[in-house]
Amino acid sequence: MKTICFYFQVHQPFRLKRYRFFDIGANHHYFDDFANKSIMRKVAEKCYLPTNQLFLDLIKEYGCRFKISYSISGTAIDQFEMYAPDVLESFKRLAETGCVEFISETYSHSLSALKSESEFKKQVQLHKEKIQQHFNQTPKVFRNTELIYSDRIGEMVAEMGYKAMLSEGAKHILGWKSPNFVYTNAINPRLKLLLKNFTLSDDIAFRFSNRAWNEWPLTTEKYVHWLNSIEEKEEIVNLFMDYETFGEHQWAETGIFDFMRHLPQRVFSESKFEFLTPSEAADKHQPIAMMHVPNPISWADEERDLTAWLGNDLQDEAFDKLYSLIDKMNLVHNEELIRDWKYLQTSDHFYYMCTKWFSDGDVHKYFNPYDSPYEAFINFMNVLSDFILRVETEILGNRKENEFATYSQDEINKIISEYENKINELKSFTAQLNKPNISIKKGKVVSKSSNKKSETKKIKSKEIKTKDKKTGTKVKSNKK
Amino acid sequence: MFGWEFPPHITGGLGTACYGLVKGLAKINTEVLFVVPKAYGDEDTRVVNILNASDIEINQESIKKEDFWKKITFMEIGSNLIPYVSPEEFQRIVAKNILSRTDINKNIFRSKYKFSGKYGKDLLEEVSRYALVAASIAANNNFDIIHAHDWLTYPAGIAAKAVSGKPLVIHVHATEFDRSGENINQNVYDIERNGMLAADRVITVSNYTRNIVITRYGIDESKVFTVHNAVEFNKDFDDSQWHKSVPEKVVTFLGRITYQKGPDYFVEAANLVLSKYKNVRFVMAGSGDMLYRMIRRVAELRIADKFHFTGFLKGNDVDRMFLQSDVYVMPSVSEPFGISPLEAMRAHVPVIISKQSGVAEVLRHAIKIDFWDIDAMADAIYGLLNYNGLSTMFRRLGQEEVLGLKWENAARQIKDVYFSVV
Repeated sequence: MKTICFYFQVHQPFRLKRYRFFDIGANHHYFDDFANKSIMRKVAEKCYLPTNQLFLDLIKEYGCRFKISYSISGTAIDQFEMYAPDVLESFKRLAETGCVEFISETYSHSLSALKSESEFKKQVQLHKEKIQQHFNQTPKVFRNTELIYSDRIGEMVAEMGYKAMLSEGAKHILGWKSPNFVYTNAINPRLKLLLKNFTLSDDIAFRFSNRAWNEWPLTTEKYVHWLNSIEEKEEIVNLFMDYETFGEHQWAETGIFDFMRHLPQRVFSESKFEFLTPSEAADKHQPIAMMHVPNPISWADEERDLTAWLGNDLQDEAFDKLYSLIDKMNLVHNEELIRDWKYLQTSDHFYYMCTKWFSDGDVHKYFNPYDSPYEAFINFMNVLSDFILRVETEILGNRKENEFATYSQDEINKIISEYENKINELKSFTAQLNKPNISIKKGKVVSKSSNKKSETKKIKSKEIKTKDKKTGTKVKSNKK
Repeated sequence: MFGWEFPPHITGGLGTACYGLVKGLAKINTEVLFVVPKAYGDEDTRVVNILNASDIEINQESIKKEDFWKKITFMEIGSNLIPYVSPEEFQRIVAKNILSRTDINKNIFRSKYKFSGKYGKDLLEEVSRYALVAASIAANNNFDIIHAHDWLTYPAGIAAKAVSGKPLVIHVHATEFDRSGENINQNVYDIERNGMLAADRVITVSNYTRNIVITRYGIDESKVFTVHNAVEFNKDFDDSQWHKSVPEKVVTFLGRITYQKGPDYFVEAANLVLSKYKNVRFVMAGSGDMLYRMIRRVAELRIADKFHFTGFLKGNDVDRMFLQSDVYVMPSVSEPFGISPLEAMRAHVPVIISKQSGVAEVLRHAIKIDFWDIDAMADAIYGLLNYNGLSTMFRRLGQEEVLGLKWENAARQIKDVYFSVV
């Protein structure tokens, strides 16, 4: 039996409100609650609720012969909790059927894998806990933000104990090879790779309703025929797409729901395919080769690279400035700051700053709340500037608390008496200096005072410093 | 006096300057009849009689002057022809005119013409008609001198002079070179030059502009006089409503983000300062065709966490911006006068201005630099941020100085110019 593996990406970012220069330092709420809520409600009504219901029905009808998988970003789950608990409930019901796999990703759908191993692993862990909490599953398969993958990222994922990872079957990586096999990571061959069949995936996700497409309208008959016509030896067809394809990108009127409703039946009756979840598929199929990906790839745009998020000056500046905070964020325990830190990392913020408007311009525009990448950049940088200020104040506050907190009462007394002794010592020394007969032994005095200088530096007391200066001038005047 | 706009219906500084001047003249007992293409009825008439050109019937006599006006071609212009209009405003104007351009071939000799009084696409046509009306007004009113403000009204001034034989003074607030750099609109330049040649006296708002008039337009320098603008603040600066919200010092650029205003020099200077001194933020407030380039440059220099853009600021937000500012910079490449540094000084903000601005001739308590000298600009910014003595002095003396600039004084000088030809 050959395998069809359905995987859906569910993600919503926390969009920023218009945050002006005047807000910096004055207003610390960054998110457009109204837009986030209304978009979430709209997508819930058009896509999440009806599609979840459709898949529940299919599972009811066919049992676990029909299987699907999801990765739901942490920010999307947070928004379900806030604005759409009904959607969260229906995902939970899907989880209860046992025919649905939930897979891991970074909590905030971030690009952290490209910047910091520790931050990346931290976010994956957070997301894992969120999935366990809601869906009672421990993910075994990993999917990085927008299928971003490289050998190095795969290695980190393997280190975290995942057995398989999803990626893009990018033409420029595969060359003559087919995405319809299982591959392995080039550094750690124990990590299996499932690669997206972008032709068959995009037939549903992008071309389904396109009347200019010469295959329009797409029927289940035609689609299953295409599935059947893959090479004899090929084993698996990975259909990876945005979940919002159903009802949101392709409206209900296009017939997308009917297509999905009838696809399983057609597959069962007219093909040698079965539906498997990613972890089942990884268990079943033997990998045929290693895949070498020295530079990161993704599933976005024609180029299948990172240029939708990074590469122009606006994006790089914002990205570097944001991640320059990593070390500082390790010292921060304030929950609000940690939450904002997560939400600001969401890759969508950088996507809005993309300036390549040509081949994929319309797709970009569709998702973009800003009129231009420049506005997106200005807004993000204003927010980030305020965030940096908050982090710095927080750390400063922590340090002050810590200084006292780390010492016990005894230690403090000890330090005080030590300092007092030293001060007395210096006082008696300067008293000696002030006696006129010292001036005869010039050399000695100078060397002595320089000794004392190094000692006073350690104490760092202003009072002592000024006194030291006095002795210095005294010596000089004596020299005359 | 021929103007193009009058408060409260203004799009920029020209109307404000005319208003200040007229009030100044009224104080020294000079009666002014002010003609605008379109009056709305709510203008301040305590100091001036407003004459609405849209109400004037053109009589036979003025139609005889028709020959003169054949020389002017009606043409559509896509460029920004006015001194002080914001890019947003201009875009709106153009957009509106594209929509309302249906009734173009109306009868030019009907007796009344409804002027829009705006800066639209039919501007040159309106300018010519305005001149026809001016001739009619000149024939029916008593006056001693004709005073025309900026090129839009020069043809009107010339026509009035031709009918009445009274001396003509034209007032240059800006030249085509200030508005368009070297790529001037030849029609506008010709109108300006004709006005200057026909005038008995030319008043410029600065020596800087006087120089342009003499060298670029070839006008006899003995009839060109400089009368610096003044500034009048109709309300006290209110700083009770807001407080400074960022802990760092703030350095501000406020104006159109176009080549003429030198925003690129500000960005480069900001970069220099930031490499030495971290406790500062830079703000570029305004909008214009160079905005995106500036944003890209700021990102490229990797200073975007300390360099902010606000977009176009209106009303209260301008005051609010000044309140946040510790230094104001106007690095204009070419500026006939420049009111905005005065507004900054009134709000207790020390200013750095380019030597290529008219206002630099008036101010003493401001740091003056060449617009291209980014090292000097960075120096000055650093100095004002770090040496409290310097900034305190500028703050105190600056406001005093600005409040001492009175339209009354300007009016007196203008009256002297009048008497030299009457």
